[in-house]
Amino acid sequence: MALYADSLALNLLRKNFNISNDDNKPIIALAGNPNTGKSTIFNGLTGLRQHTGNWPGKTVGRAEGYFKYKEEEFLIIDLPGTYSLLANSTEELIARDFICFARPDLTLVVADATNLERNLNLVLQVLELSTNTILVLNLLDEARRKGIKIDVKKLEACLQVPVIPAVAREGLGLEEIKKTCYQISKEKIKIKGFKITYSREIEEKIEELIPLLKRKLPFLQKRINWRWLALRLLEGDKTILVSINTYYPIYQERVNIFQKGEVQLDGFNQVWLK
Amino acid sequence: MGLTRSGLNKENINMDNYITKRGKLDYFLPPDIQEEIRAQIVGDIYQEAEKIANKVLISPGEESALENRLDDLLTSRWLGFPLMLFLLAFIFWITIVGANLPSEILASGLFWLEGKISLFFYWLQAPGWLHGILVHGIYRTMAWVISVMFPPMAIFFPLFTLLEDLGYLPRLAFNLDNLFKRAGSHGKQALTMSMGFGCNAAGVISTRIIDSPREKLIAIITNNFVPCNGRFPTLIILASIFMHASFNNTYNSLLAAAVVVAFVLLGIIITLAVSWALSRTLLKGIPSTFTLELPPYRKPQIGRILLRSFLDRTLFVLSRAVLVAAPAGAMIWILANTGFNGSNFIQHLAVFLDPFARLIGLDGFILLAFILGLPANEIVIPILLMGYLSSGLMMEPESLDSLQRILIANGWTWVTALATMLFSLLHFPCGTTLLSIKKETGGLKWPLFTFFLTTAIAISVNFLLVQFLKIFL
Amino acid sequence: MLLSDLKIQEKAEIKAIRVSGRQGRRLLDLGFIPGTIIKAIRKSPLGDPVAYRIKGTVLALRKEETDLIEIRRIE
Repeated sequence: MALYADSLALNLLRKNFNISNDDNKPIIALAGNPNTGKSTIFNGLTGLRQHTGNWPGKTVGRAEGYFKYKEEEFLIIDLPGTYSLLANSTEELIARDFICFARPDLTLVVADATNLERNLNLVLQVLELSTNTILVLNLLDEARRKGIKIDVKKLEACLQVPVIPAVAREGLGLEEIKKTCYQISKEKIKIKGFKITYSREIEEKIEELIPLLKRKLPFLQKRINWRWLALRLLEGDKTILVSINTYYPIYQERVNIFQKGEVQLDGFNQVWLK
Repeated sequence: MGLTRSGLNKENINMDNYITKRGKLDYFLPPDIQEEIRAQIVGDIYQEAEKIANKVLISPGEESALENRLDDLLTSRWLGFPLMLFLLAFIFWITIVGANLPSEILASGLFWLEGKISLFFYWLQAPGWLHGILVHGIYRTMAWVISVMFPPMAIFFPLFTLLEDLGYLPRLAFNLDNLFKRAGSHGKQALTMSMGFGCNAAGVISTRIIDSPREKLIAIITNNFVPCNGRFPTLIILASIFMHASFNNTYNSLLAAAVVVAFVLLGIIITLAVSWALSRTLLKGIPSTFTLELPPYRKPQIGRILLRSFLDRTLFVLSRAVLVAAPAGAMIWILANTGFNGSNFIQHLAVFLDPFARLIGLDGFILLAFILGLPANEIVIPILLMGYLSSGLMMEPESLDSLQRILIANGWTWVTALATMLFSLLHFPCGTTLLSIKKETGGLKWPLFTFFLTTAIAISVNFLLVQFLKIFL
Repeated sequence: MLLSDLKIQEKAEIKAIRVSGRQGRRLLDLGFIPGTIIKAIRKSPLGDPVAYRIKGTVLALRKEETDLIEIRRIE
């Protein structure tokens, strides 16, 4: 019963993102740096079963679509291409909020094999935030052209997530992606996911902060990654509390957690309340 | 590593600081400590990324010497700009030459079909006015728009997408950023501007790549000043006539391309000037940060790009023909075939507008043609001919010579041609573009503003030109 | 020494970022972290912006930003 109420709440929340998923298909978020061939993968997976629109309230475009594997249908949302999830721009905010609050059942991160180190930055951040993650290592043809060779098995061991090599524009890897998504949805694969640890001082502060947050924000129980939230508050991310207020507004009256302040994002000054 | 860890160690976070008296969760750490923590966090993530990358990279690969040399060339001090111009001219040239034959074929095909449709109407014994509106008005306008618009777009856009896929466009922004920065806007405006060559509406939509709302607006408003595919034919035809050229040999098509390039350069200069003015007055603000990634060149998937771009453009042109050209065609036919006192509305309006039009180097019919051409720039010349020939329907010039005769017979001089070309370059955006502006800015304010600003600039520039020439001639 | 002083083809190590707030965070996110190696690759025809290679990517920055990054040149 509790589970049912929970998924109902999740659906309601997802409506905030203009996602209608009344038949409860598994939702996949597609993330990645710009220029990684993410849209090629999206197009390859969905074909004609896609449509474009905007993220609610923003002029950033969004593509969503469907694909099928065996009897299971998946809804896949293309997040804006971002270098990180640390909310420095509208795109990053959108991507972060979606993964954090809409809680997709799976997050696919597309990485550019010719630039692994930089792409891993986003991958590690996604791993911090999302539970089920798959890494798609794209542009392998370009990598080969440059003489770059990657040990995929080792990468899987380091990141503790499935890593799927791909050359999206030739259609390679797409079947494997669909299959892996299917296996995860049927819980045939369990993903552990590497969680990054920070320096001692920061880890200590996190330990101090988490019980406090749990006490003060009980409505977020089971709905947010506490460690991640603690990190955001420690580094002074002004947008996270605004986002919490946006997606859990019914709690606004009960727990006044905001302080008056200014959020500067892309040249807009939003003075947020209370 | 250069980070002072003193802040982190010294501060013992007092748990009570987290919660103010009224139970609020507060930002308890002082901002400079937060900055340090942030730097530490980001540093730790990058460090881990580096560690993992080093572990799994069997061979790190090397930079491509060829790509480096190519980039050095494309961004070099002496060759960078000339090469850009050459590339631009080349693309225009291919578009012009390549579109020529298909346009003719499409035009003859569609007009042949019109004949059959007309026969059908006669067979039905349909009333003359019905045949007029539907066939001469709506169908013919649609046919004109399709045959003029579609071939150049089907060439330009795939070429542009090819450049984009190759990875050239960031180099373009890289080269031009300084100019745009000094004009108070953003280097990415170079890209939206380039998109505008194909279609101003597409250029407006492409401004989504600009983050700062202020700079995005500047890019949207000024996008009008680069001629789109719909305006090329007007520029080319007029240039060709008054340079006594024709399309039948390479030299003249090169000349035509050269004229288009000249007007494009003029458009770019005006874009920069207006951007500068806007950023000093109405759209004042600090320049946003500019970080551009220059990705490695990629081998584009030519087949797939061409197909997708082709299909996209086909859809666009056809939908525009139906949604915009058809109603416009109906209305224009009505204006041309109804009237009073022995003249139709077109003639009446032209007479009314004439005094003002003369001030800016045009005549009543030309100005009217521009006004009625608001829905789509491609129909300006057909409407003009319709006016001059007092015919009740839009005409297609049989040849450049016959067009030239008609214009000269109506008092055209090279000044008129120049003024018309200038007005074409600068005047208000077409209906589709205005709608795109409305969509992108979420309201009527900015499309209206753009409409009035561009028209005011067109009128002023033309007026000054006319006065200038009067003094010296 | 500032990043804007680095000549083309020269390499350097980042020492500090002299700006805080949003701009500083953005630079951090792009990899401008103390200790990272950066190389000036080429200049735009008009002299600005300049393209740098950092963490495997080539990024172009304006002088206004490179004036804010402290570096130490390395051989």
